[in-house]
Amino acid sequence: MIERSAPMALSPKAADGPPFRVEGVSFRYGGSPIIQNVSFVVDWGDFVGIIGPNGSGKSTLLKLLLGLLKPTEGAIEICGTPLREFREWRRIGYVSQRVTHFDPGFPATVWEVVSQGRTARAGLFRRLSQHDRNLISSALEEVGMLEMKQRLVGTLSGGQQQRVFIARALAQEPDILVLDEPTIGVDPEAHQQFFHIMRKLHHDKGLTILIVSHEVDVMMEEVTKLVCLNRSLLFSGTPEQCLKDNCLIDLYGEGFHRVTHAHPWTEAKPDA
Amino acid sequence: MPEVFQYSFMLRALVAGLVVGLVAPLIGTFLVLRRFAFFADTLAHTALLGVALGVLMNVLPSLAALVVCTLAAIAVEQLRVRRRLPSDAMLALFLSGSLALALVVISIARGFNVNILSYLFGSITTVQDADLWVTLVLGGLALLLVLALNKELLYISFDEESARVSGLPVSSINLITVVIAAATVALAMKIVGTLLVGALMVIPVLAAFQVARSFKSAMVLAVTFSLVSVVAGLVSSFYLNIVAGGAIVLVALLIFGGSFAFHRR
Repeated sequence: MIERSAPMALSPKAADGPPFRVEGVSFRYGGSPIIQNVSFVVDWGDFVGIIGPNGSGKSTLLKLLLGLLKPTEGAIEICGTPLREFREWRRIGYVSQRVTHFDPGFPATVWEVVSQGRTARAGLFRRLSQHDRNLISSALEEVGMLEMKQRLVGTLSGGQQQRVFIARALAQEPDILVLDEPTIGVDPEAHQQFFHIMRKLHHDKGLTILIVSHEVDVMMEEVTKLVCLNRSLLFSGTPEQCLKDNCLIDLYGEGFHRVTHAHPWTEAKPDA
Repeated sequence: MPEVFQYSFMLRALVAGLVVGLVAPLIGTFLVLRRFAFFADTLAHTALLGVALGVLMNVLPSLAALVVCTLAAIAVEQLRVRRRLPSDAMLALFLSGSLALALVVISIARGFNVNILSYLFGSITTVQDADLWVTLVLGGLALLLVLALNKELLYISFDEESARVSGLPVSSINLITVVIAAATVALAMKIVGTLLVGALMVIPVLAAFQVARSFKSAMVLAVTFSLVSVVAGLVSSFYLNIVAGGAIVLVALLIFGGSFAFHRR
């Protein structure tokens, strides 16, 4: 298991209140409950994995956290501000599931995709400045894609496209990174690179990271906090506590057996 | 000046055609990217309803088309956002519904001697000075808006959900986009006709996508292909005595065929 020490520096915005505070949140769609009475807190510097079986409502929870859906009941605060009053969206870098629904015919270069991360920051009717371009370059360098900046994004492999999407989120200079099922459809090598980048961003840059994933084993090894969801909250705490409490059996049923095996990437220590 | 443009009606058609040829592929790019290519065709049919209502109520048909088209565009966008119906089914409903209404209105207004064919197929000889000014002003405004919102439109077309999370006013920009599309359809009506207006917004864009190496180059190529189609179509319609709208769209299709073949190599 890798070392999960605290990141080197907490966000300078730690005084704001936690990145996410979820209190008694429920969401119904067409009368039927999707998630019920969920409460948890994500603190600055956390690396959070939201796990749960298919249909457990984890993607819905993510959409609620990002303001894409409105909770039927309960309240969500982002950085200490009620969600409906929150305006500093640039602080949240979001990597959606686009990497798996990607239209390969879209005629945009890697540079053009990553520059979207500066679009909201630059402001309406404004062109990107030299400062914006520098940040786009640094973000591409961070994920090792600077050399491919002129390539059409549709011609890249799934793993490379995923790194481009991470770079787009980083170009926004976020304090919090939110990723929705980022490892679907990527090969083992890209999988390894992905968690290498995540560890670097969490440990070296002090980013608070929140990942929704179906990969229980990898999440158990990588994250500092687990949120286990199956329509209602079953557990919120450290992976070690989760194992002690047998909450994975509550989550996936009696037939669940966790198979641990050494991946090359889980044996490597973080770069720090 | 070549003979073809010594006729004032041809000159007016050329100027109006160039403005439309500039704006249509720019806004069309974003419709195609959002898989909403049939939106332009749906709007064109609502524009025909506008023409029919304009004639019935004794209002300038182009103006009535602009108003009806804009209202329909806003309604379609609102329904798209609410996702009560699949996008293609909703466009089909609006398309056939407005055409049916237009036919009923035309049959009521038969006594007014409406030359509906000139709106269906376009009629460059009927472009008046007033039409030209409206085209220049509205077309210029649409062009400025599309260019100014270029980076936002790219982000929204590429990944609407992330654009929304990043804090962009996605709903307002989407509304501006459909209103520009509606204005473009109403302006292009007299040049290429309602039946072919969608083609001018889509075919040069598809041709550009085959060969473009970036989004920026795709937009430049789409505009170039569109302008070439408009000029070549107008000139050939004059010398070959064929309908301008059909000629323009056929040139655009030829360009698409060429770029498609180039891409396949």
